Parts: sequence; structure tokens; C-alpha cells
Amino acid sequence: MERIPILQMGRCLLVTIQVDLQDQTALQLQDDLASRIEKTGARGVLIDISALEIVDSFIGRMLAGISGVARVLDATTVVVGMQPAVAITLVELGLSLEGVRTALNVERGMQMLQTAEKEAGP
Amino acid sequence: MKQDNAAIEEILTTHEEDILREWLADLTSSGSRRSDGAAASLTDGRELLHTLRAGIRAGADAGQFESAEAWAPARAVLDTLSGTRAAKGASAGETSHFVLSLKRPIFKRVQERVGARPDELMNAIWLVSTVVDRMAQYTVSTFQKTREDVIGRQQQELLELSTPVVKLWDGVLAVPMIGTLDSSRTQLVMEALLQRIVDTGSELAIIDITGVPTVDTLVAQHLLKTVTAIRLMGADCIISGVRPQIAQTIVHLGIDLAGITTKASLADALALALRKSGYTVTRTKS
Amino acid sequence: MPLSSEQDIVMSRQAVRKLTHELKFSLVDQTKMVTAASELSRNTVVYGGGGEMRWQVLTDGKKTGLRLAFEDRGPGIPNLDLALTDGWTSGKGLGMGLSGSKRLVNEFEIRSAPGEGTCVTITRWK
Repeated sequence: MERIPILQMGRCLLVTIQVDLQDQTALQLQDDLASRIEKTGARGVLIDISALEIVDSFIGRMLAGISGVARVLDATTVVVGMQPAVAITLVELGLSLEGVRTALNVERGMQMLQTAEKEAGP
Repeated sequence: MKQDNAAIEEILTTHEEDILREWLADLTSSGSRRSDGAAASLTDGRELLHTLRAGIRAGADAGQFESAEAWAPARAVLDTLSGTRAAKGASAGETSHFVLSLKRPIFKRVQERVGARPDELMNAIWLVSTVVDRMAQYTVSTFQKTREDVIGRQQQELLELSTPVVKLWDGVLAVPMIGTLDSSRTQLVMEALLQRIVDTGSELAIIDITGVPTVDTLVAQHLLKTVTAIRLMGADCIISGVRPQIAQTIVHLGIDLAGITTKASLADALALALRKSGYTVTRTKS
Repeated sequence: MPLSSEQDIVMSRQAVRKLTHELKFSLVDQTKMVTAASELSRNTVVYGGGGEMRWQVLTDGKKTGLRLAFEDRGPGIPNLDLALTDGWTSGKGLGMGLSGSKRLVNEFEIRSAPGEGTCVTITRWK
């Protein structure tokens, strides 16, 4: 089973999802991220889903889950690069992804994380 | 029957040039507008005659014109004929007239050939008449189908043209909605708008509904879905062009606009969008 | 195709993607159908104890459509009406994706009873 690699850039963790995720892989990612945040004291998590053509309720819950756990560990999460077809489908599905911040691309996402970090203070 | 077939086939072969000439002469004299010139008509006519002859030689049943294998070449010629003429603006009547005018030259020669034997004459004329009639009918139905395809395409284009996504400023897109908002329209707009947002990296979209006559619960739902999708992607949305009557209807229907910013005019929406994007507009006196 | 493991959920997504792509559905419609398939495949594997997915290409005069059926011999759903309302949960998470999937397709049929398994049929027209 493959594990999604987590990159570290300063105080931020970067995850790029490029494969069709199996349920287990998604759960593993959630766990891996939680422990990495804790270990590195990261303040921001950026999840790039621009390559994801499908986001179903399971993945949606995973994203919301990561966001929630990160918040408890004092980190902000931003999901970037959602494809239009995915957004339309999610709305129809009724998945609101409450509490998950989103940005159009990695650049904007990073800006968002930096602003959040500044506002949160040391 | 076979005898008639053979006789007709012989007539069509021997007198091909004459029949063609008379046919085209009849068409000109009847004032039929030949939209593509004499040469094309000649070629069309000749091809049609050949396929008619082939069908009769094969003893094909005129009643099975639409489906019989033996008539397939004839159908093919008629398809092309009908299609090109329709594209050039000819009416169904003109094209079927073209086909039907074939009868007189053929009947003339049939009469010359078997005029003395009334039964044979009757059978032969009936055979030719049935086939040519079916050919004409076929051109009419093909013609209609082609027109319907054209109309369908035009409708699609109209739909797409009527909802353009424009760039108002760096990072600010606008969509003027005009006319009634049904689910297929909204779907189209949503897809186009979302794609442009991704392509241009614009964080703000303004949906202007000045041109939308009524807003009921269904329309509001469509708008809400669009805004939710935009937000999911990481951009935001302002709805402008909300007239007082619409505002009243929205409140009256108890529609919850869930924190969507609305502005009365596109100008106000643009001003807000610029502010949100961090721009200040100053006027320099000249 | 069989739906018995997590891997199969991924396979079903890929299969439906291929089918809708070949049938030339629009990108959005493809995405909706694949997402619905993902939800229903997961139900079959996780809640239905495994089953299978069947597909059928439909032609109705001018229209083309795709019909998918998800069947299992599992415990079945006791209260269908409740299951189809938004937010109903039986295991972890946001309900069984049934009500959501219903919105993603043109036609939705479900047959289920306790002890008799479940069969969900969805159809999408081009």
C-alpha cells in the first residue's frame, strides 16, 4: 500500500495527492499528518488536490478530519486546487466541507497560511 | 412486372441524355431557382437517374424505398442532394420538385414505348410514379432532419453566447445573466465560470442578475449552488443587480442567502471587489 | 464486476470513468457518475459485506445512458426512508452517501429489506 509523501517547507507541511486514493491510504495520510504536525510543530498544512478528479464523501471526510485534527494541534489547513467538476459534484452531493479552508492554487494557499501564522502570533 | 422493369430500364438507359435535358429544361421553365447552377444540377440528375435505373434493374420493391438494400445507392444520392441544397437555403418544396420533375420526361417515353397496350402502360407508369414519389418523400424527410440538426446546433451556440464570462479586473470576473435561469442555463454558467476562475486564478466572481426577470426558490437554489461551488474552490462571489422587487421576493419567500454578499448594481459590486482585492481607486484631477 | 475489497472500490471508479468517457459524457457528468459509483461501491463493500457492480449501456431512441447496479447479500437497510434523508448515519461518517448519490444521477432505485440484502440502481443520461 502506498503512502502519500509529506514534504516540509519551513513551518508548513505540503501534501500533494496525485493518485486515486484507496480508503486505507487516506486514513494512513490522516495519521501520518497528525504525527508529523506534532513532531515538527508545524503551523500550516497545505493539501494540493489539483490532480484529484474525484472527491467522494470519504475523501471529503478525510479532508475535514485533517483540518480538525490540525486545528487542535494549533495548525491551519488549506486545501488547494479543487477542480471545477469536483466542486460542482461536491455541492450536489451535499458535502459542505465545513471548517476546511480552500484556495485556488498553491501560491494563494501559502499566502493564506503565512497570513494565518502572523495573525496567530508566536 | 419483370417485363415492365426491363422496359423502363431500357428507356432510362437509351434515352438518358434526352431525359436529363428535358428534365432540366422543365425545371428552368417552371421557374425553379437552381441555387447551385446548371452543372451541379446535371451531375445530380445524372446520378439520380443511374441509381433509379439500378434499383429498377434489381427489381427492388418501390414500397420498401426507405429500407431496401437495393435502394441504398439512391438513398445516398438523395441524402447528399438534400443536404447540400438545404445548406444553400433551398426549401423542401424545391428539392422535392427537383425529384418529381423527373416523371414527365420518363412518362413521355414510356407512353411512346407501350402506349398501345393500356395495361402495360398503367403498370409502368405506376411503377415509375411510386418510386419517384418515394424519392421525393425521402428528400423531404432528410431535409427536415438536416434543418432540425442545424436548429439544434444554433440553439446550443445561442445558449453559450448568452452567458459570457468577462474579466473586469485582475482577479475579478463577471457574468451577466440574462433571461430566465433554468437548471441547464445555470449548469452551463457554473461550469464556464468555474473553469475561468481556475484558468485566470481570479478570486472574485460577480454574478449580475439585472437581466433576470424573476427570482423564485428554484432560481435562488441554483444561485446558491453556484456560489457554494465557487467558495469550495477557494474563491468568493458577489451577486449584483438585485433590484428592490427581487430583494422583496427573496425576503418574502424566506430564502436564506447564507452570507452571500449582494449589491444593487454592478458598479457597487465592482467597487467592493476592488476593495476586497486590496485596490484603492483615486481620482487625479486633470 | 465483484466488489469485495477496498481495492475494488478504486477499480469500480476506474471502470465507471472509462465507461462514461467512452460514452462521451461531459466531464461534469462523468465526475458525478464516478463519485456516485464510489459511494455506492463503498456501501456494498463496507456495509453489505461485499457484492457486485453491474453496468448496462442504454439507448432510448436519440438518448444514450448508463445504468449501474450495486447489489449485495448483506444485512439490508431497515428503514429506507430514513436512510435516504440527508445526514443519516449508520456507521462512521456522513451517512451512507445514498441521499447524496441520488442527487448526482437522473434515475435512482433502491430495493432493500432486513436480511435480504440491498440493490441500488442508478442511471445517468447523456
